[in-house]
Formats: sequence, structure tokens, C-alpha cells
Amino acid sequence: MKLTKTLLASTALTVAATGAVFAQDSKSPVAGMEMANEMTIVSWGGAYQESQLKAYVEPYLEMNPDVKVVWDESSGEGVAGMRAQSEANNVTWDLVDATAADTMRLCDEGLAMEIDHDEVLAPAPDGTPASEDFGDEMLVSDCFIPQIAYSYTFGYRTDVADWNGNAPTKICDVFDLENFPGKRSLEKRPHNNMEWALMCDGVAQEDIYDMLETDEGQQQAFDKLETIRDQTVWWTSGAEAPQLLADKEVVFGSAYNGRLFSLIEEQNQPIAMMWDAQSYDLDGWVIPEGLDEPTLNRVKDFLWFATDTQRLADQAAYISYGPARKSSAALVGKHAVLGIDMAPHMPTNPDNATNSFVQNYTWWADYRDDLDAKFQAWLVN
Amino acid sequence: MSDIKNATTADTAPTPDDALRTADVAQKKGPVLAADGKPLKKSLNRALRLQKMRALALIAPLLIFVLVTFIAPIADMLFRSVENEIVSETLPKTTAALARWDAKGDTIPDETIFEALYDDMFFAQESKLHTRLGSRLNYEQTGVSSLFRKSGRRVEDMGEVYQDQFEDFDDFWKTGENWNSIMGSDEWLAEMQAWNANPDDRQPRFVLRKGIEDVLPATTESYERFAEFVQVKDEDNLLKEDPWAIVYSSLYADLTRADTAAISAYNGPAAAQIKAAAVAAAGFETVNLSEAFFDIDKDWGDIDVWRTIKIYSPKFTNGYFLNAIDMQKSIDGPEMRPENERIYGILFWRTMVMSVSITLSCILLGYPVAWILANLPTRSANLLLILVLLPFWTSLLVRTSAWKVMLQQQGVINDTLVWLGLVANDDRLVLINNQTGTIIAMTHILLPFMILPLYSVMQTIQPTYLRAAKSLGATNWTAFWRVYFPQSIPGIGAGSILVFILAIGYYITPEIVGGTSGTFISNRIAYHISSSLNWGLGAALGAILLAAVLLLYYAYDKIVGIDNVKLG
Amino acid sequence: MADSNNNDAFVEFERVQKSYDGENLVVKDLNLSMPKGEFLTMLGPSGSGKTTCLMMLAGFETATHGDIRLNGKSINNIPPHKRGIGMVFQNYALFPHMTVAENLSFPLEVRKMGKSTREEKITRALGMVQMNDFAGRRPAQLSGGQQQRIALARALVFEPELVLMDEPLGALDKQLRETLQFEITNLAHDLGITVVYVTHDQTEALTMSDRVAVFEDGRIQQLAPPDELYEAPANSFVAQFIGENNTLEGVVKQVKNGVALVQLDSGEVIDAKPVNVSKAGERTRVSIRPERVEYNKERMQEGAHTLKAEVLEFIYMGDIFRTRLRVAGKDDFIIKTRNAPDQDRLKPGTQIEIGWLPEDCRALEA
Repeated sequence: MKLTKTLLASTALTVAATGAVFAQDSKSPVAGMEMANEMTIVSWGGAYQESQLKAYVEPYLEMNPDVKVVWDESSGEGVAGMRAQSEANNVTWDLVDATAADTMRLCDEGLAMEIDHDEVLAPAPDGTPASEDFGDEMLVSDCFIPQIAYSYTFGYRTDVADWNGNAPTKICDVFDLENFPGKRSLEKRPHNNMEWALMCDGVAQEDIYDMLETDEGQQQAFDKLETIRDQTVWWTSGAEAPQLLADKEVVFGSAYNGRLFSLIEEQNQPIAMMWDAQSYDLDGWVIPEGLDEPTLNRVKDFLWFATDTQRLADQAAYISYGPARKSSAALVGKHAVLGIDMAPHMPTNPDNATNSFVQNYTWWADYRDDLDAKFQAWLVN
Repeated sequence: MSDIKNATTADTAPTPDDALRTADVAQKKGPVLAADGKPLKKSLNRALRLQKMRALALIAPLLIFVLVTFIAPIADMLFRSVENEIVSETLPKTTAALARWDAKGDTIPDETIFEALYDDMFFAQESKLHTRLGSRLNYEQTGVSSLFRKSGRRVEDMGEVYQDQFEDFDDFWKTGENWNSIMGSDEWLAEMQAWNANPDDRQPRFVLRKGIEDVLPATTESYERFAEFVQVKDEDNLLKEDPWAIVYSSLYADLTRADTAAISAYNGPAAAQIKAAAVAAAGFETVNLSEAFFDIDKDWGDIDVWRTIKIYSPKFTNGYFLNAIDMQKSIDGPEMRPENERIYGILFWRTMVMSVSITLSCILLGYPVAWILANLPTRSANLLLILVLLPFWTSLLVRTSAWKVMLQQQGVINDTLVWLGLVANDDRLVLINNQTGTIIAMTHILLPFMILPLYSVMQTIQPTYLRAAKSLGATNWTAFWRVYFPQSIPGIGAGSILVFILAIGYYITPEIVGGTSGTFISNRIAYHISSSLNWGLGAALGAILLAAVLLLYYAYDKIVGIDNVKLG
Repeated sequence: MADSNNNDAFVEFERVQKSYDGENLVVKDLNLSMPKGEFLTMLGPSGSGKTTCLMMLAGFETATHGDIRLNGKSINNIPPHKRGIGMVFQNYALFPHMTVAENLSFPLEVRKMGKSTREEKITRALGMVQMNDFAGRRPAQLSGGQQQRIALARALVFEPELVLMDEPLGALDKQLRETLQFEITNLAHDLGITVVYVTHDQTEALTMSDRVAVFEDGRIQQLAPPDELYEAPANSFVAQFIGENNTLEGVVKQVKNGVALVQLDSGEVIDAKPVNVSKAGERTRVSIRPERVEYNKERMQEGAHTLKAEVLEFIYMGDIFRTRLRVAGKDDFIIKTRNAPDQDRLKPGTQIEIGWLPEDCRALEA
């Protein structure tokens, strides 16, 4: 029996920072069933994948020495990959890391498996069912198994002479070329940008999506973006955004908060983070549709462990993304290497979340095609 | 004469003897006979056949490889650009019913179509196809995605009114076993019982009871689909499954239809229950399906949604292609998209213009290099050639990223220019994230493809031509321009075709250094393939690109002649 | 024709040297003077420096040392296109992307001539080489001979006073070559142009030229009219190189009254005309043309020395008979006789006696 056992330390690894060593206190619902011994996990590579490896893949392998995990760093192409595999009727991925928006699409396309969260995911240590522990704002799709909340936030250089010692504090400073001149960088897609534009054009947060459904609202957002278009560099891959800041190509730019964290805290660049109107996004697992029974059992067994309260909290020791479970928040400790408190760097931290907004995924699922076409047309014209 | 004809048509592949055949046919001679009295053509063909077979055997591995890994996927991709079966497959009844609906009018479809929609939607959501269709139609009509997702979630409840009433009326209707005994044939029921006792074998497929479809036509249809779903898709035991709500809705429809003769004549299993239910059903509470759908989402009352479904009902569509040229299908035929959504025309045009610019830069930079190479002694030429080929040995990504470092505002080139005092520090050149960046980086990457054919053509131009021209009184420039240059045009042609065709489909480099103004149509194709999952549109864009390349190739052949292209 | 009369010299090489690598001289101290209207051939084996001389004259190579003059003016620093020299190349060098007419038009266009003048000149030039019907063709559609005709017409169309030809007939078959040799010579004489012609084919040199310069080892070995070159080769290289030749080696016994007595290595003594020998005791190489050897006693001059010979082989060549003999211990002695009705056909194995006029047998340096 290569099964989960009580009191198996997740242990002698690098977990020193998190201090407490927790035992897995519940058996996964598939315990005892036939399981495959190999599992292909698809993730994003880089620091994020490393955090997954340290926080729960290695501990899991420790407990199940017979299991072999194959990594594939193709999450960037995850949606297309899953579609291609499904069409070829040859699903080789067993567990895929995907953003909430991508998961929604995968779920709609029938490429991802719908799951019952309370059945597949472990309850919180106090017995709260998983669906409540994660909460509705995390469980945006029936196929989505949340891991972390990250945010699109703004970083800025602290050495800009033209700013006369001022630092931006509000989202609308992005649109303020007078007080904060210099190049900005934004992601090359309509998401977030359109919302921020409206927000800074005087639209209340709760009205943004209603406004964006109308031609006038869309035009208003584009008009606002137009005011900084000449000064904007558009990024497409997550690594680009911090690089632009570090290279002084831009002075102000949106990026994933985790990437900014490593720029600021790990590389000590003269860059600071602005927590205002940062947009939440979620990342989690999806199970491809069409796995055979033993593989599916293995995946479920792994997920039960990997998404429990302690494991999600452990992950925060390696990367500054907020654990998706409410019950994990209290367990977030110090950075595994730097030894600094991670909580202040989490997008979920109350101090940072005073004025955050949550993207409306369902809305974007509808408007994505339309707005993307308009956004691209706006960009090329 | 007829013999020749036969011989000619028998083998359509061009062979060395084709010229002979045509010559003969042209001269209208009778067949020439070989020594054995058979027509010479036949003997020759037989002799050549073996040769052909051998040639075919030699190329067969490559041919198969190319067919499997190249032609077939491309053909499949191209097929996607017109394929549209998902709509009629997911909503078979609705699309059939919509054929009768006047889309140009201003009234939304009537209740019968909503009934069809209820049927289709019910089964679609059972097999989880409705969201897929939703995302497909969302490409054409914003909002359909969530409309379908929402409707799928609630369509199950719609028929429950009938289910509840039937079950309240008589417990008989509650269990799947009773239903099976009405709907299934006796033989099948027997087989089922046997299998149930020993469920190791395959479950016997549901067989309909004879004559039941005349009595309960709608119910039969629903039940058959239900049975198939349970047995095939879910692989569950049909004996233990209770029917879906939709079966009750169908039963209600069957029992309340105007023609009651079939029911009163029915004397099969559970005849009493059916007849009793028929009497009771007349008094059942009913559901207005259109109201129910409006209740889920008011968008069902939006005529545009219905028009979209109707427009995209056919199995094949030119919608993707129209979309790819900034048009859209409307109820009045194709029309241009609104101004603020037109993007592909601009991108196609830009791709062409930039590919031409890149090709021209490659000619300008590559020509002198090739000239020097061709005029150097072989040893030095080979050394230089290695330098030309050097870029091929590093990864494309690395080269492109290197350009990024070079070209950015705080990059090497700008730093040098500032240091030299040619550019002010606060006014650095923008060399990247625009067309300049794309042209610079791609020219560098594609330059070898220009130099190599140029070099090989120039090697064949003898130096005596230049001498002859000079001896005839031409200056160096005239000799070059009127004598050397025209002879090097085949090289320019070959290089240009290569560079242009490669450039037109380039993706990585424009993506990295192109910013917003320097991206190509291929970046949009990539977006649709990997991000929006609108493969049909991606395929249509790709097909147009392919057609454009073939067209240019054809034009080049007509104007310059493809025989004039020398690759080496 | 006397060597140099500087006053009416049209083309002059004066002490010209050429080296490509700075170590070896390809052309060593070349002196040459040509009057206007002369057809001069540079003949020599490959690597003898003849083509280099031509290229220096054309301007494609510069002389390392010395002076080249055209019409009395030094042209060392004049670029090729300003020299006004017509040139015909071995590989024709017709511009493949132009029609025949366009090829001919090219030199006229670069001289900025009007359209009508051009057409007139092109027609005339094509007429000269009988190629009027081919004006619209491309070079690739012509045979080798036709191409060379066009190349010739192109070199002549702008009416240069000097035309250089670099082995123009080298790539053609024998018959065509002979026809064209004839045409080129006639054309040159009719037009009164000066021609410098390079070839390694001695027959061509002999049939076409007013004078032939035989090149070897970067020097002119002999510069003379064809008959003189043939009949009075100045040294054994020229004798060997021009025409067929029998050589016998020996030692000069005495030189008297313009006749040298030579004792061959095999012991026999023969008469010869001293050319490059002056005194007794010198080793010499005597050379006799095969057609000057006589074996019919009746036709032999009285008092001539004769040699015994054995017939080894009789070769029937149509117009002539070629007979190989063993003479003075050598198996490669050839005689040629005209195919005439009264001519004997020597049978192999026959013993005969052969002789010649002393002036036909030239004693050259060993």
C-alpha cells in the first residue's frame, strides 16, 4: 500500500520557514482504490512551478515513493493543448494548472472535468466543507480547483526624477501623465485595462460591467486608454512586464504581484508596488476530461492532499500569492529563503485589499471575443 | 489512334515518354508498332512501368511522411474553416424548426420552436454540449456563451412540472422498471434480466417495443435517447435509472394530442395506466416554455440571438471567412463589420507591406555580401559563408531576445548613439515594439535565405560578361546595372520568394519585438488557435494567407517565370 | 616586315612586365610594335603569357612595369571602357538576357547614339556576319558558331580601330573553325582594322595572321610572318611548336659556306643550314619538315647527303600519305608525301634512302 499514511511529515524538506509540520489528517475519498503510478502535471514553469513542487509535490512523493510525476511547462498553451489532445483522442495530461478564465473556457468546451468540490477536496481542519472554505468567489467554475489568488497590480520605479519625489498611490495615477510622466506598460488584452479606464473616468466599480456592455461604455473606456496610448508599451507574457520595469523601459506598469515581489524583495530593484484597484485573478487545477479510472484516482488522491489547508499555506512561503482557502490565511508564515513575513505581500492581505476588485469571469466569458476584437482593432488603428 | 488515347489516359503521371506521345498525337499518325506487333507505345509503357514503380517505392516513405504529418493536418485545418456541424448537431430540432421561421420579420420564434429548443437543450446539457455550442455562437453574438450556460443549468427543472404531476397521479410512473416494461421489447427485457443477474457481459442495447412509437411517438423518441445515453455514454444499468424529466414532458405531449384514437386502441403493457393518465393529463398544469426560457434569461427574447442560430444552422458556413475579411453574416447576407471591429484587413495589408519591406532590406543588405562571396577565392568565400550561416546555429528565440536587448531604449544601440552624442539622452530612438523593430530583427533572421540563392546564382555569372561590357564601352556602373544585375535577378527572385513567404507567416519575432504596430496576421492566428480557441477563424485566416502566398507565387511565375528561380 | 618602326606603330608594348604574386614574372620584358591594319596573332602554349598580354592591352590587367601605347599615347591609366578596343571572348560573352540586336545595341547605347544610327549600324554589322535574320533571338537559341559571329559583330559594331580576340574559335568544331577563320581574316582586311588574336592553335595562327608572335615562358620567342615562322624557325622551341617536325641530334663538325656539317649521334653525317650554331664542336638539334624529306632518288638533288631508313608504318590520310620511318636509330621520323597518281605507297619493312636540301634542314641550338 503506497497510500497516504498518518503522521507522514511533509517534512525534512526546506520547510523550515513554515515551522510547523502538519500531518495529513484525512484520507482522500479514493484511498484504497487502484491508482496509476505516473502522473503528468502541467504548470507554468519558473518560480510558480517551483513553489508547487516544494509545497506539495515533493511532500506527496515522499509519502508515495512509487509515484512518478512528469512535469510539463505548457500551461501557457494549456487551453489549446487540451483541445488538441481531446480532438486527437489522446489525453496525455493528467492535471493542468490554469487560470480561472481559461478554466471556464475549458469547462464550456467540455474539455475539463466537472467535479463536486466537497467530494474531491478536503474540508478545512475545523470541518468546514471545502466549498465554504474556498467560497463562491473562488469556485468560479464547476471544473475549477483553486490554488491561489494573485493580482494584476502596478509596480513603479522609485528613481524617476520627473516625479519630483512623488509616488503614485491611486490607480488613476496611471492615467495622469502630468504628474507621473513616462512610459507605462499594460497587458495587451482588454481585461482589466478597460475596467481601470472606466474606473478612472468616474464610473463606480459596481457599474463598470454594465457600462462595458454598451457601445458608449466601451468607447468611453477606449477614449480614456487613448490618453495614454502613446506612452504605453503592451506586454503579452508575464515575464515581460517586470523586465520592462527593470530595464527602465517603462516607469510604471501592470504585472503579476508575485513577479513584482521577486523583483523588489529578491532582486532589490528600485521598484515599489502600488496596491490600488488591483485586479484579482485566480489560478488552480483542472482535470482533463477523459482520464482512465486509475489515473483519475491518482489525480484525485493528489489533489486531496495538495489543496488542503496546510499545503496551500505552505505554498505561500515560496511565492507571494494568496492561498485560495480562507482557512490557510492564518497559517501563512515567512518566506522560505528571505525569511520575511509573507502576509503583507499577499494580495489577499486585508491591508492590500482595501480597494481591490474582482474580475467578472462570467461576464468576460461572454464579452471576451467581442471586446478582444474591438481592443485589437483599437490598437492597430 | 484509339490505342494512343488509351495509353495516354491510362497513366496520368508525367513520364519521359509524354513528349513522344503528344508529338505522335499531334502528328496524327497511326500507332507505331514494336517488333512483336504490339503498339510501340504499349511496349514502351510496360518498360517504363517498372521504372515508375521503382521510383515510387523510393519516394514512398517521404510521401507518406509528408501526407501524414503535413498535408493531412493542413487539410484538416482548412476543413475547419468552413465546418459548422456543431450547431445542427447540438440543436437538431431547433435548427429544423427555425427553417420555417422568418428571420427577417421582427417577431421572435413561437412556442413550437421553444419546444424544440427545450428538447435539444435538455439532451445537449445531459451530454454537456450546450456550453460548447455557446462558446461557438459567442464568436458571432456576444452573450450567447452565458445564455447557454445558464439555460443548461435550469432546463432540467423545466419539465419537472409534468414529472411531478404524473408521479403524483400514479406511483406507477415513478420507476424506471415500469417505463422499461412499456417501452422495451419483451426479448430485450428478458435479456436485460439475464444480464442483470450476471452483469459481467456487455449490457444488451435497448430495443423498442413494436408499435409503441405509434401510440406515444414523442415519448418513444425521448426515451430512446435517454436509454442510449444511459447505456452508452454513462454505461449505467438502464433497469435502475429513472427517466429524465423530458420523458414526462413528451408523455404529456403525446397524451394530450388531438388524435386520441391510437391511445384508446392501445392494449399493450400498462394500457390501463396510460389510458388513465391520458384522462388525467387533460387537467394537468402546463408550462409555457417560451415564458420559461425568458425567465432564465431575457436574451431568449432577443431576436438577434435567434437570427444568429438560424444563420449558423447549416453544416457548412462561410462565416469564418467573412469574419477573416472583416465582414459578418447577417440576415440580409454578408455585410461589413462595424468600423471599430475591423482588424484583419489592416493586419493582412500590414503583413504584406512589412514582408515586402523586409524582403527589400534583405536584398539591399544581402546583395553586396553575396557579390563579395561570389568574387572571393573559394577558401575565403567558404569562411565568410560560415559567418553568414552562423545565425542558423543559434535559436530563433535567443536571437530575437538579443535584438530586444540591443534595440530597447536603454539598449546597446541607443546607449552607443547617446555616447556618441548623435541622440539626446532624453530623446532616445524607439527601435523596438514597433514596425522598425520587427523589420530590423526579421531582416537579420531572414538574411541568409536571401544571401544563399543570390550567392549561388552569382557564382554562375562569369566575370567575362563584365569585361565584355567594359570593353564595349560601359562604365563600371553601366556594366553592373545592365549586364550583371539582370543576370542576378533569378537569385533575387529566389531569395525574395523565400524571404517573403517565410516573413509572411512569421510569428515569434513580431510577437516579441513587434509591439502593437509591428505584429503580423500570424500573431492573430496564434491568438485564435491557442487563446480564444476560435480555430475556425484561425483556420480561415490561415487559408487566406496560404491562398495569398499561392497567388503571389502564381503571379511571380507569370511575370518572371519560375524557371528563372535558382536556389543553388 | 621589319620589327619596329616607331613612327607608324599603332600598338606598342615597351619593356612590359607583369607579375601576379610579386615573385614570378608571367610576362618578361615584352617589346612589340604593330602598325595599323595588321593582323597579329599571339601564339603559345597555355601559361606562356599571351592572354595576359591581351588583357593588359584591353585594360583588365595592369602592367607591373613598362608602357603600353595605343596610337602613340600611353594607355596604362585609361580604364578599359575608355580605350575603345573591341573584344571577342572564347566563351562569346554574349549577354544572355538580351536579344542579338540588344547585344549589338549595347556598345552604341553606352556611346549615346541615336536610335536610327544604332539600327543602321546594327543592320550593317549583322550583315557583315550574315546574321540579319537572327536579330530577335536570344543567345541561348543560337549555335556556337552563330554566337561567335554575333560576338564578332558586337565587337565591330562600334567601329573600333583595334579588336582583340581571345581564342574566339576555341570552343567550335573543326569545320566551323575553318570557315570562321576565313571570315574573320577577310572581315579584318576589308574593314582595315588592327587585330590582336590570341590562340594556341598554330594552324589558325598561320592561316589568319600577317605576323605571329610565338610566346613561351613570358617572352616572344619569334615574331614573324607565318611562312618565315614555318620555314625559318628561329629556335628549336619555335621549330617544335609550329608544324610537324623531325629532329635529329648531333654535333657540328664544321661550318663552311653557309652549310654546316653535322655528325649525328648515330654516326651518320648530314648537311644542314646553320641557324643557331656558329662553330664546330657545338651540339645541335637539326630540324627537317616531313614534307621536305625526299626518298625518290630521281627527285633528289645531286650531291646531297642521304640517310638509310626503314619503313615502319604507312598511314593513308587522304590528301597525303604519312610514313613513319626508323632513321638514325629513332623510330619517330615522319615523312609526308602528296597523294599523286605517280606516288609510291611505301610498304613497311622496305629499306629506303632519304635526303633533303641543306637549306631545308636547320641546325638549331640543342
